[in-house]
Amino acid sequence: MLRYLLHKLALIIPTVFGISLAAFAFVRLLPGDPILALAGERGVSPERYNELIHQFGYDRPYVVQYLEYLRQVLTGDFGISIATKRPVLGEFQALFPATLELATVALIIAVLIGIPAGIFAAVKRGSWFDQATMGVALTGYSMPIFWWGLLLIIFFSGYLGWTPVSGRIGLQYFFRPTTGFMLIDSLISGRPGAFRSAVSHLILPSIVLATIPLAVIARQTRSAMLEVLSEDYVRTARAKGLSPRRVVGLHAFRNALIPIVTTIGLQVGTLMAGAILTETIFSWPGIGKWMIDAIGKRDYVVVQSGLLIIALIVMAVNLIVDVLYAVINPRIRVQ
Amino acid sequence: MTDQSAGESASGALAAGTRRRALAEFWHYYSANTGAVIGLFVFAALVLMAIFAPLISPHLPQEQFRDSLLTPPAWQEGGKPMFLLGTDAVGRDILSRLIHGARYSLFIGLVVVVFALVSGIVLGILAGYFGGWVDALIMRVMDIILSFPSLLLALVLVAILGPGLFNAMLAIAIVLQPHFARLTRAAVMAEKNREYVTASRIAGASHLRLMLRTILPNCVAPLIVQATLSFSNAILEAAALGFLGMGAQPPIPEWGTMLATAREFILRAPWVVTFPGLAILITVLAINLVGDGLRDALDPKMKRS
Amino acid sequence: MRTRLTFAAALLAATVIGGTAQAKQLVYCSEASPAGFDPSPWSGGNDFDASSRTIYSRLVEFEHGKTSIMPGLAESWTVSADGLEYTFKLRPGVKFQTTDYFKPTRDLNADDVIFSFERQWKKDSPWYEYLPGTGWEYFTGMGFPELLKEIVKVDDLTVKFVLNKPEVAFLPDLGMDFSSIVSKEYADQLQKAGTLQQFTQKPVGTGPYQFVDYQVDAVIRYQAWDGYFGGRQKIDDLIFAITTDPAVRAQKLKAGECDIMSYPAPADIAGLQADANLKVDEQEGLNIGYMAYNTTQPPFDKVEVRKALNMAVNKQAIIDAVYQGAGQVAVNPIPPTMWSYNKDIKDDPYDPDAAKKMLEEAGVKDLSMKIWAMPVSRPYNPNARRVAELIQADYAKVGVKAEIVSYEWTEYRERGKAKDRDGAFQLGWTGDNGDPDNFLFLLGCSAIGQSNYAIWCNKEFEDLLQKGKATTDVAERTKIYEEAQVVFKREAPWLTIAHSKVFMPMNKKVQGFVMDPLGIHRFDGVDVAE
Repeated sequence: MLRYLLHKLALIIPTVFGISLAAFAFVRLLPGDPILALAGERGVSPERYNELIHQFGYDRPYVVQYLEYLRQVLTGDFGISIATKRPVLGEFQALFPATLELATVALIIAVLIGIPAGIFAAVKRGSWFDQATMGVALTGYSMPIFWWGLLLIIFFSGYLGWTPVSGRIGLQYFFRPTTGFMLIDSLISGRPGAFRSAVSHLILPSIVLATIPLAVIARQTRSAMLEVLSEDYVRTARAKGLSPRRVVGLHAFRNALIPIVTTIGLQVGTLMAGAILTETIFSWPGIGKWMIDAIGKRDYVVVQSGLLIIALIVMAVNLIVDVLYAVINPRIRVQ
Repeated sequence: MTDQSAGESASGALAAGTRRRALAEFWHYYSANTGAVIGLFVFAALVLMAIFAPLISPHLPQEQFRDSLLTPPAWQEGGKPMFLLGTDAVGRDILSRLIHGARYSLFIGLVVVVFALVSGIVLGILAGYFGGWVDALIMRVMDIILSFPSLLLALVLVAILGPGLFNAMLAIAIVLQPHFARLTRAAVMAEKNREYVTASRIAGASHLRLMLRTILPNCVAPLIVQATLSFSNAILEAAALGFLGMGAQPPIPEWGTMLATAREFILRAPWVVTFPGLAILITVLAINLVGDGLRDALDPKMKRS
Repeated sequence: MRTRLTFAAALLAATVIGGTAQAKQLVYCSEASPAGFDPSPWSGGNDFDASSRTIYSRLVEFEHGKTSIMPGLAESWTVSADGLEYTFKLRPGVKFQTTDYFKPTRDLNADDVIFSFERQWKKDSPWYEYLPGTGWEYFTGMGFPELLKEIVKVDDLTVKFVLNKPEVAFLPDLGMDFSSIVSKEYADQLQKAGTLQQFTQKPVGTGPYQFVDYQVDAVIRYQAWDGYFGGRQKIDDLIFAITTDPAVRAQKLKAGECDIMSYPAPADIAGLQADANLKVDEQEGLNIGYMAYNTTQPPFDKVEVRKALNMAVNKQAIIDAVYQGAGQVAVNPIPPTMWSYNKDIKDDPYDPDAAKKMLEEAGVKDLSMKIWAMPVSRPYNPNARRVAELIQADYAKVGVKAEIVSYEWTEYRERGKAKDRDGAFQLGWTGDNGDPDNFLFLLGCSAIGQSNYAIWCNKEFEDLLQKGKATTDVAERTKIYEEAQVVFKREAPWLTIAHSKVFMPMNKKVQGFVMDPLGIHRFDGVDVAE
């Protein structure tokens, strides 16, 4: 097990360097001058321009800039945002909980609905339930989620007025964030109605974000269960007279868990990508929207560090999934 | 030498026969899935629509009818029969734009898949066949690409290259290509040590011949399935980029770009938002149905049940 | 965890005791996050709304809804005969805001005024660079480094500004946001603690509202400042809900989630006006949206060609389709509400046939050109791409093939400035201080490479511009600028597209909100009916 872990880690290190190099290179390749981006509509004089270039170190050779960047990152300094002059790490920490909350709730929805749906579809293969579920899943999987989100807003917020339009909680509730997760903070604050407000704000965006992972998990669960259900040992279990629920729930599902867990882990990347679109539509103050704004504003430092942090998170999750996979499936460790 | 050529021509005729039989068998399994057949028909209809767009569409996609701005669809109050699905903010017929937009979406899917397929296969073969540091290097690069959320990476790439249809396609192709590389590599590694490969190598086949003629044809099935998946993904990603303003630029009637320009009319003229999204949904759904059907038909395990 | 829980409990207790049930609240849906709360380094309207207009005050203030000035922190002032010395008498007893991060020990005095300007000016001040890469955009943009000779403290309540040359608009410039007066005492406190950054994150001013909290990209909270020299505001809690999408802002306003919003999308205005709970204030914008030809690039160096292209464009269609009626066709480079507007000037008629003939006569055949369009929505042009599409279609009718070009916003402006820029460039301008020179300087020779996107240098126009700067006599300046507009129309370096109307939708219970021609959103004097 340890060997397996070390092997995985050894692979990761060059990848991490590669990611930092990629993030650094991308940002240098972005057209538009960061100094001029700072200067805004009114422009900046040539002397000030040279001063600023020197101050930021953009006049030094790229290799030096890259090494300096690495050194800063390793000490936890991800730079200062050009637009807001605030430390990037601080902004990230302020905004990430919003995205994390949204993604977590979306994933929970996707898992809680997707897995049972997939199991039942597999067990009742060929039935109308199976066809309908897979049809819905395929549709969800083919949906442009930004359009889907807009439609839901038109219907639920605009037409029915059931859900609020944007934001994380009603504006009349003001409390300093303790965890950054609005659901938890609103409960802690003890203000009446705050939790309900937080939930009602979270429903629509998390449903939209959950759509694709839900579809994928449902489909994957179904196909994994089908594989397992056709195995000999399942037939044996049935022949032995075990109740269908035991067969399915205990034996089959346990063994189908492996590809399902892998799929769930893979959805993290999808969730991050989906968060970008979802946050844009619902004006949800998270890092997806933050990155898009930064790219648009040519806020180099934010784009560079944001890319790095996000990629590292995705990698970390993949590593955890790999480890979990090895825990569940001992055969992998030996390879 | 002569023995080989005689054997080859005989096996050629045999191969042709086997191929025809394989095709018939494939169709047998494919058509068992009604969804896949429907998807195929819809997709074929879309392709025809795209090819014959100038003949089918009632108006020119860029023609601005200044006196009919934001007309509702023909069945709603205020709608005009000549604009079946209504007009947009500049007075252009939405139906015509959707029909022409099919060209762009299908074109995007095709170009992206071809590019990703070719480069992915090349990289995958190189990595799987040669192993060692070549493999390590290529796989690390693929890992790096896969560590970034796909849309984010595509966005950054397009930001670097500049907004526009071609750059969007290039960016999406780069983002999707690791899947092909990995698939090919896995298949190559699985086949590499098989007996028929060793036999060919002993017979004196060159690396290139081994890679292309011997190993690759046996990896085709998963690649085809991945290709259809990437086709639909490409259309969705391109639409997302268009929606964020980084894809095809107006006045090109790409469906995602149409959605971007329509966003401000959500409340006032919802049809400008609904139909392009519906077009994307139908197209992607059809392709995914086809992809599902292909996977089921080509997967040997499924044939058991 | 325990300390946080007790803090939360204390907060709960405080809010209950504080009687939040009776606090008057106003929620403003703003269009963008502020870059910070220091009023001077940035240049965006959203930055000013969030900082200078709520938290700070200035020596002089613009009258509500007008561009004329009135006393602010300065009770009175005198100007020397040569126009080089401005002496201000400060209002006594002005208090800086007391917050949990700063308690002032003295009232506002001359030191604060001097500091507010010198920090943007003197390179040796530790505050000059306190934010890495600060540009002090407006201070330099308005020419203050060259204009100011020195600022003298005459006594605790008297400050004298000495200029290098007379400047007609100096007083209005002091009413602008970058001229807001900040607290030197607070600056010193932060400097001693080594936390200069906090100056822009936790601001202190003398304005009607004080800063309470900012949740990044989401919510800004303010509280009425008890000690405001203009009297405590009727609104107790002022909240900015940052909502970048205009359609979403409109939805929130309709749903009652905010009480007032800025910059509605033209498509939503009719719907908002029809809503029984809402009212929509409107005002002629002090702005101009235009498309500048590159007058050094053939064939656009010929006046006849520019005139012909102007005549090929159906401007009314643009107003209908893009501005959705929220604007008027522009004739001159300055808006009709600006003094010295020349109403006798006739616009180029929409006549595609005549345009075609003029082009032929000028020897132009099969012209292929680029039209530049901004990627962002601006107050003077809600959708430049759509405008470009309309112009493209119009040009096609006179045989001119146009290609639409766009770049990211900063890059767009940078590339547009280039002397060899290829094609016609869309942009616009919103007035800063209500002076015609603030618009016309865009067409001056010295602005080439900066703000003169037509790369146009016309001696006659330039002379008039300089004459207008040199005198303070309004009647004389009016005549000069009227003549300048005649020259402009004759030479046609721009296609003047539109002056947009600015709308401010709000809930009917909001009272006392006055729209500002300079586009700032002020909440002093606003009340909410129960």
